[in-house]
Amino acid sequence: MTAKTDTRFKQVDRTMRKLGYERSALIESLHTAQEVFGYLEKEVLRFIAQRLSLPYSKVYGVATFYHFFRLKPQGKHVCVLCTGTACYIKGADKILAALERRFGVKAGEATEDGELSILSARCFGSCSLAPVAVFDKQTIGHLDEAATVEACERMCDDSER
Amino acid sequence: MIQSVEELESYAQQLRQARAEVQEEINVCMGTTCLAIGAEAIKEDLEACLAKKSSGRSCKVRPVGCNGLCAQGPLVMINATDESHCETIYEKVKPEDAQRIIDCTTGTGEACVKDITCQVDIPFFTRQKKIVLENAGYIDPDSLEDYIAADGYQALFEALSHMSPEEVINQVRTSGLRGRGGGGYPAGLKWDSVAKAVSEQKYVICNGDEGDPGAFMDRAIMESDPHRILEGMALCAYAVGASEGYIYVRAEYPLAVERLNRAIKQAEKNGLLGAKIAQTPFSFHVEVRLGGGAFVCGEATALITSIEGNRGNPRQKPPHLSDHGLWGQPTVLNNVETFANIAPILRHGGEWYAQFGTEKSKGTKVFALSGQIKHTGLVEVPMGMSLRELIYEVGGGIEADRAFKAVQTGGPSGGCIPADQLDLPIEYESLKAIGSIMGSGGIIVMDETSSMVEVARFFVEFCMSESCGKCVPCRVGTVQLYNLLSKFVNKEATDVDLALLEDLCEMIRATSLCGLGQTAPNPVVSTLHYFKEEYLAGMKDRA
Ligand SMILES: Cc1cc2nc3c(=O)[nH]c(=O)nc-3n(C[C@H](O)[C@H](O)[C@H](O)COP(=O)(O)O)c2cc1C
Ligand code: FES
Repeated sequence: MTAKTDTRFKQVDRTMRKLGYERSALIESLHTAQEVFGYLEKEVLRFIAQRLSLPYSKVYGVATFYHFFRLKPQGKHVCVLCTGTACYIKGADKILAALERRFGVKAGEATEDGELSILSARCFGSCSLAPVAVFDKQTIGHLDEAATVEACERMCDDSER
Repeated sequence: MIQSVEELESYAQQLRQARAEVQEEINVCMGTTCLAIGAEAIKEDLEACLAKKSSGRSCKVRPVGCNGLCAQGPLVMINATDESHCETIYEKVKPEDAQRIIDCTTGTGEACVKDITCQVDIPFFTRQKKIVLENAGYIDPDSLEDYIAADGYQALFEALSHMSPEEVINQVRTSGLRGRGGGGYPAGLKWDSVAKAVSEQKYVICNGDEGDPGAFMDRAIMESDPHRILEGMALCAYAVGASEGYIYVRAEYPLAVERLNRAIKQAEKNGLLGAKIAQTPFSFHVEVRLGGGAFVCGEATALITSIEGNRGNPRQKPPHLSDHGLWGQPTVLNNVETFANIAPILRHGGEWYAQFGTEKSKGTKVFALSGQIKHTGLVEVPMGMSLRELIYEVGGGIEADRAFKAVQTGGPSGGCIPADQLDLPIEYESLKAIGSIMGSGGIIVMDETSSMVEVARFFVEFCMSESCGKCVPCRVGTVQLYNLLSKFVNKEATDVDLALLEDLCEMIRATSLCGLGQTAPNPVVSTLHYFKEEYLAGMKDRA
């Protein structure tokens, strides 16, 4: 697929146009790109660099600076575990360790079969529910190790059926 | 288009009357926490049950912002508009409760649904003083009409029509309001220096980055009452002579972004923002900019670099933002909560505001209570309240009645406060004096099950991964600090390590470029001071 035929590039272009193709439009454009593509592949970064007349190194540098931007595709299912202070105090570190053990990945990675990504985040602002994780779009609070592992397994199983 | 104070006032009157025609308001909390545990479904069920009802008292279901008692959510608040009886709050509501709530509220069932009624005469509610959060839980954040009915934009229109910019600054100065983002710099003073700066173009920026992991005050304000922030920013712009503004919000807060963007559109459409507001020469445009999940971007100079489209590296100050801010122009940068205080200050006067709080810390402060505390959630209390009152009365004490160990304020830049300091009043200076800071308002309560060395390491790990890498003391120092603390956690530390730990903290504090590095050792220094025995227990030969 090329930049000409893929309408997703048009959406990114729309953001840049709205901001007058100014160099300061870079971060907003990356946000739009991640939203429509799911992650920032090289081709998209190049496209943005070219349209904003920025060196590719600059675009890459900004994309890697901010944690929010992902340069790799995610697994089919995503579990984002909060590792903010309130969740930490209530045992999020142990939950993360249990997840890493069970699925053999580190936070930020996807399993080899591409089924599941385990991500960590710093505070969802739902600290009253600590420890909290978001499974695909569903937020679940008051978790423990077993419940979190089980919720991930369930998420993956559901799609097999 | 609303073009004058009079028009605004008569429109507000009209809206208030319309609101009063409904006898009972059924306000469903749609804050982030309640939404996460099913508020949406509850609202739909309430609406469906209400639609089937034809008799009884008239009701309206309204989505509202955070009520604060997040621990007991999902929450539904019933307000009688004729004040015949006081507010009823339903807690831990489930969709199947909808029918009973509607029956009781319309007056065809019992007075209230007893088993889910929340006690409202507890200190959690009675000891609070709501200024910033006055509308949270009462208005629909997506409704400009609701905000106007609650005297919204009145302060802005009054100021534009009857006050000079200097008078606005004077009111803010009289109020004694200090920055709520952590530093506590007087807002009036900051505005004054930008007002005095000579430039064609000036900017107003609202800091909604809320980087402290474990705090959600700003999020709740942005999500519950977005117009209040816009009004505060517009008043600031008028006072300093700016015509453009930005709100920098964390990308992790999509709901806040959505509500702010909607609010901006509504305000522009009605002539409350945009060109020639209230038929005066004053114009003000606001745009939202997304952050990218970098803690350092909450720092003022880094935030500005980020808005300009770069990696969020901070820079040396001076030059200060008041001379050289966004795109090199004079810029006011304040926190969300600071701006949220402005409209009430202008509406009631600076002196009114100054009556709350203490000599040097005026007004109220919003805190996010979390950790091992009973009433986790959001509260707003007058400055000067003691930490003990905040934790034991407002917060309801420690979960499962375990023993209190420490309270952490100020996030990664703050410190841990032990039990014997709990009677300290909450003020900028007093907290600093005992090695913590006010910070943005995250209060994390820890009980005997938490290890202080591990908590210190948690925060250092945070600063280590958030260091932007520009300066060596912070980039390398935090890694060294982390490794040293790990030795204590693993009970492998020696006397040399202990001495090194103290030296390293001082070095990082004294030589880092920006606030991130300068304050990163704080959690270590404060735990080392108050909980030294835990460090000693982490040493090889003494364990
Ligand atoms: C590392 C670091 C992170 C910060 N994060 C925030 C933040 O998330 N929100 C905020 O309002 N201020 C933050 N600040 C403080 C800002 O630099 C700035 O002082 C503040 O936004 C000014 O507004 P105020 O005077 O209204 O408090 C941070 C400072 C540092 C050094
Ligand atoms: S610390 Fe996990 S939601 Fe706030």
